[in-house]
Amino acid sequence: MKNRSKKTKFANTAFVVCNTLFMIAFVVITLYPVWNTVAVSFNDGIDAVRGGIHLWPRKFTLKNYQTVLGLESFATGAYITVARTIIGTLLALATNALLSYIVSRKRFLFKSQLSLFWVITMYVNGGLIPVLLLYKTLGLTNSFWVYVIPGMISAFNMLVMRTYMMGLPDALEESAQIDGAGDFLIFTKIISPLCKPVYATVALFVAVGQWNSWFDAMLYNRTKSEYTTLQYELMKLLSSVMQQSGSATSVNTAANNATITPVSVRAAATVITMLPIICLYPFLQRYFVTGLTIGGVKE
Amino acid sequence: MKRKTKAVGPRVTWKEIKRQKFLMICAALFVIYGIIFYYIPLGGWIMAFQNYKPRTGLLHSAFVGLDKFKFLFSDKTFLQVIRNTLAMGVLNLVTTFVMAIVFAILLNEIKSVKGKKTVQTISYLPHFLSWIIVTGILHDAMSTNGIVNEVLQALHIIDEPINYFAHTKYFWAIVAFANVWKETGWNAIIYLSAITSIDPSLYEAASIDGAGRWAKIKNITLPGIRPTIMILLLMNVGNVLNAGFEVQYLLGNGLIKSVSDTIDIYVLTWGISQNDYSLGTAAGIFKSVVAIVLIVIANQIAKKTGDERLF
Repeated sequence: MKNRSKKTKFANTAFVVCNTLFMIAFVVITLYPVWNTVAVSFNDGIDAVRGGIHLWPRKFTLKNYQTVLGLESFATGAYITVARTIIGTLLALATNALLSYIVSRKRFLFKSQLSLFWVITMYVNGGLIPVLLLYKTLGLTNSFWVYVIPGMISAFNMLVMRTYMMGLPDALEESAQIDGAGDFLIFTKIISPLCKPVYATVALFVAVGQWNSWFDAMLYNRTKSEYTTLQYELMKLLSSVMQQSGSATSVNTAANNATITPVSVRAAATVITMLPIICLYPFLQRYFVTGLTIGGVKE
Repeated sequence: MKRKTKAVGPRVTWKEIKRQKFLMICAALFVIYGIIFYYIPLGGWIMAFQNYKPRTGLLHSAFVGLDKFKFLFSDKTFLQVIRNTLAMGVLNLVTTFVMAIVFAILLNEIKSVKGKKTVQTISYLPHFLSWIIVTGILHDAMSTNGIVNEVLQALHIIDEPINYFAHTKYFWAIVAFANVWKETGWNAIIYLSAITSIDPSLYEAASIDGAGRWAKIKNITLPGIRPTIMILLLMNVGNVLNAGFEVQYLLGNGLIKSVSDTIDIYVLTWGISQNDYSLGTAAGIFKSVVAIVLIVIANQIAKKTGDERLF
């Protein structure tokens, strides 16, 4: 008996040690590359090409940041990205919420047909080329609106919001109806205030998607530099790094001098682009955890 | 009798329709939006059966039947991109699933609440970074003077730094690793919440019966999250072919094209760069059809094994 409990105790300790080591390794592998980018972004460009920079810059400089912030395309990209994130999120939130309100009304005559109509869009889509042609026909290409109008309503967000709204007690709506409130009032004054958590969740999903997208800028607004986005500018920097991997050729900018390289400039641009997200996401945790849990449940 | 059956659903009367005017009008607007942005592009599938010329448009381009599809399946590159897409899709699906489940179970075993919370918060971080940033970071880490080569050299596993992006044999593993790095913490969220909803008395009973940690994981935790695993697997099977665009597009290069190009990249190359809209559309249709077939098959299997299913 004694021997056995000793054995389990040993196994237990071994497990705890291994598990802790695993978690430490996990955290290091997750954080190191991000931190390393920060270190490189503060390091002299030419010096960085030699490699060997780990946690701290070897030759400290702010030149990389000065260069990035001085790039006109980057400033435009930042402006457009902020605009599309704000406008896109507000539009998506308003429309998805209204749609979810409609399909979550038990008394609505076509609720199941309308739901199905949208769920189908999750599985079938026209594909890249027909969509591109459509946007061209509608005049959405070479414009800012291609970022916010086409992807506005998503069936997934609708399902998340619908599930949440269906969980609210019917009595709320019924008593408002008896008081003579119409659907618009019930939606804005009764249901929406109660849906703040799920609205926050969807807003977060949409905002992150908007902030991070680059493909639409490349595909629909390639020739329109006034509609470029941060991520697309970053992508261009990335490909310049990959093409000249390891070489010390400098970027063509007004502030051009031999101490900046694509690698270091890209690192600075990366840090600027991910900074808002890194600062904000820890505070929004509870929202996306709820959202994911609702979304994963079968409707 | 008649009355009773009628009273079950909402009655379609003019009075009811009038009362739901606001809902009806908004619903109609949403349907119009949906038709324009999701259903009209499906009409573009006609292009795959035409020799589409932008000048003549959809209505006046010549029909060529299945010629474009015949060309696709006789094109060696297309068969290659199908292989790449499937291989990377399946590899990503398996690795991200297994890692998320393992991570969730191990994290759940951590007793310190603070430690658990910290690790979890950190684990979400990569999910919020764009693929541009992730591939950039990865490219740095795996470059010839990057940390991966440095560590492997320090451990004497390799003598010379390896340029991982110049050899075809590493690419699929790199893509799988990138996906695991980015999504493990995020995907684990849903398993962690499933684990917390398992009845704690099951664990207590098992402890009394002398079950060890592994026995509990194997006999309580895993069966407890099995429905969640199955439903997520089902939802993701249809996406297997979608798993191949951003990373491959950003990390691929001329040297490793034969393993990095996917169906989406093929569509992009032919459709946009070569301006062969018909061929691009045909490849896109192939992808959609395979996705639907995969979902239906997975759903049938789930039905047979008695698990949750999508429809």
